[in-house]
Amino acid sequence: MLNVQHVAGGYSDEYILKDISFEVQKGELFGILGPNGSGKTTLLKMISGILPFVSGDIYIKGRSLKEYHSKQLAQIVAVLSQHSSQSFSYTVKETVSLGRYAHQTGWFQTWGEKDESIVQKVMKQTGITSLQNKTIQELSGGEKQRVFLAQALAQEPEILLLDEPTNHLDLSYQKELLDLLKNWTAETGLTVLSIFHDLNLAGLYCDRLLLLENGSININHIPNEVLREERIRAVYHTDIQKHPHPRVPAPQMVLLPEKNQVKKNIQINDGLLRVTDEFIELISPVPLRTMSSGVVGSGTGWHPAFVNRHVGKDYNCSDHRAEMALFLKANGFEPSETVGMMTAVFLEDVTFKYFEGTGFSIFVVVTAGVGNAVDASKSDLHTFEAVPGTINTWIFVNGELTEEAFIQSIMTATEAKTKALHDLNIHDVVTGTIATGTSTDSILIAATQTGELLEYAGTITPLGKLIGKAVYECTIEGIRKSQKRKRL
Amino acid sequence: MQRLSIQKFLNNKVIAYVIAGSFLLFSVLLGISIGTVSVPIFTIIQILLSKLFGVISIDQIDPMFSSIVLNIRLPRVILAGLVGASLAIAGAAFQGLLRNPLADPYTLGVSSGASVGAVLTLFFQISLPIIGSFTLPLLSILFSWATIFLVLAFARKIERSMRVETIILTGIIFSSFLGAFISLMIALTGDELRQIIGWLLGSVSMRGWEYIRIILPFFVLGSIILIFNAKELNAMSFGEERAHHLGVNVQKRKLIILTAGSILTGAAVAVSGTIGFVGLVIPHLSRLLWGPDHRHLLPLSILTGSGFLILADLISRTIISPTELPIGVITALIGAPVFALILLQRKRMERSG
Repeated sequence: MLNVQHVAGGYSDEYILKDISFEVQKGELFGILGPNGSGKTTLLKMISGILPFVSGDIYIKGRSLKEYHSKQLAQIVAVLSQHSSQSFSYTVKETVSLGRYAHQTGWFQTWGEKDESIVQKVMKQTGITSLQNKTIQELSGGEKQRVFLAQALAQEPEILLLDEPTNHLDLSYQKELLDLLKNWTAETGLTVLSIFHDLNLAGLYCDRLLLLENGSININHIPNEVLREERIRAVYHTDIQKHPHPRVPAPQMVLLPEKNQVKKNIQINDGLLRVTDEFIELISPVPLRTMSSGVVGSGTGWHPAFVNRHVGKDYNCSDHRAEMALFLKANGFEPSETVGMMTAVFLEDVTFKYFEGTGFSIFVVVTAGVGNAVDASKSDLHTFEAVPGTINTWIFVNGELTEEAFIQSIMTATEAKTKALHDLNIHDVVTGTIATGTSTDSILIAATQTGELLEYAGTITPLGKLIGKAVYECTIEGIRKSQKRKRL
Repeated sequence: MQRLSIQKFLNNKVIAYVIAGSFLLFSVLLGISIGTVSVPIFTIIQILLSKLFGVISIDQIDPMFSSIVLNIRLPRVILAGLVGASLAIAGAAFQGLLRNPLADPYTLGVSSGASVGAVLTLFFQISLPIIGSFTLPLLSILFSWATIFLVLAFARKIERSMRVETIILTGIIFSSFLGAFISLMIALTGDELRQIIGWLLGSVSMRGWEYIRIILPFFVLGSIILIFNAKELNAMSFGEERAHHLGVNVQKRKLIILTAGSILTGAAVAVSGTIGFVGLVIPHLSRLLWGPDHRHLLPLSILTGSGFLILADLISRTIISPTELPIGVITALIGAPVFALILLQRKRMERSG
């Protein structure tokens, strides 16, 4: 569709672009990235025919750009630029109708039914039909942008060039616009070339990305390859980190703010723990990096508050998440900042231990009951019944954990718990075999992310050893306490 | 709600043309009727109909009336109308092209440029072979054409983005320089001061049918060219890049439009001197009433522009009768405040974003 061959040129003697070559296929959503001054806009201006290039050539549908007349080019290529000046108060419809200019030929250039229907269609697609009799000067920045998009679409282009299309748009319109473009490329075969400032939006929507650096192509590849930490750091000269999008397979980059606050030496230990009849709480002075299976605040995140709540054995609620959130609010916790768990165990039977390793320490809190102990290897003999968790394990690490260490911590803790049940000879009442846990156990790993870097937490690493020991001892003690209470 | 319905009413294009046309007709009749000798409107209509179609006989009408109407007032009114129409449509085109509501032949300095051409022709009695009496408008057009390109090139040199104020400032510099040049030329040839004022402030008195023949072909040519480029003007009022993206051959069209504007200005100035602000006030008013679409703005500016200048001429010759004021005094009295008002409005809009 579009073929750029060894293009070079710029505004004056100095070349802004040097030897640019790439190809864009029909129906592609092609993103152009690069820091300020890397030549993105210059490239777009050359493709749209506004800026002449000194050497090389640009082919549109196999024909050299220089062979096209203005009107012929406008029938194929439409442009939505960043700034549009409007000195006079045209109405929205008049503005959009101008998009038909290239399709009207002959001396009298009459307005046909086809023109009218296309204008109505694009106004509907861009959601501006209701604004059509307003003047563009009355509109907000986002509305104006949509009017000019409609104007470009009224040209019925095969290639659409966009210069930071989401610049003036609200979050919702950014998404809407890009969803719309993505759909059009898929449905109508429209080819879209767009400059992006936002790497994440580009990564989410583009089929391919072209990264410009000082007027040359750094890379032209799929988003996952282009958006690599080292590459972006080098081109943009800033600290960023890449991580996957939580829902769709697209790379996302996050900025890392300069850390210049004094690192407080935070210690999570029994001093921060408070136990009441209703709940156990631990409030950290700073948010901790967490990975948990709590009712609230599950998955990975950053949380400063941790709550383990006592509920009766007969607790039954159709929406326990919402109920838990209400409970947290009622007790002065912010649900979004809290990891919350439930247990039927009496909270005074809580056990906790603090262990120190070299350069780091851990604090483990366990509430344990084995009323519905299960042997995981034979669990298909059980019918599912969600009752409040009976072994809840909290592991706080005063140290910095990698992602691997978080997951290994969970494995190590689980193994230690299972061993504790084994040593106490806890049986699964249904199968009669030794239980490995209970049916609704929960776990939390929380780390301060300051101090010693702990890369691994396997069973024989320094961290793993402490976790294993602490969880084992706490679980044993916790189960004994609850068994004692039962016997009473 | 009320305002909306009024706007809708005014937006109706047929009604727009009816209003503008009636305004012109009203001005023409008033312009012919009023003067040292008052001619009844019914008599005017009779004289005109008999002259045009020869159906009604004018035997019973006072020959003095018909002589006043046909030889003095009618040519003057038509000339004022043509000059007003030319300046108004040229102003509308310049404004659209430059995206600049303050542009008109006068503020851009084009009128002064044309004036230099005209004064040169008249005072050195230049007459080119073959074209004869058309030497005057042709030289005026040539000078106005050169001036507009000089002004734009100079403004671009100051600032690439060519802000509204930059262009106008450049125009005013050129205008005062060329005005001084005209004064100097007239003074050196030993003519009286009235002549100088006549060229600097403009006048349509004592010109007769001959001058109408001079301006008419250029008016028709320039107007037709501009009206055929109305769509391009619409596109270009969104910026040259935008126009290019929409498929307009910007360089070619720009040249055509500037040339047509120069033809209209040059021809108008050649017969009347530099009359200011017509090309500023009329397009602005028309745009305010009927919207900025050049397909209608240009013809409507012709109608209202001619009516406006006929009325201005009427005031200039009657207000301190029997002495005549230069017509430019009246247009400047109306135009300069409008200019200031537009400037204020623009600044307020820029500030409010």
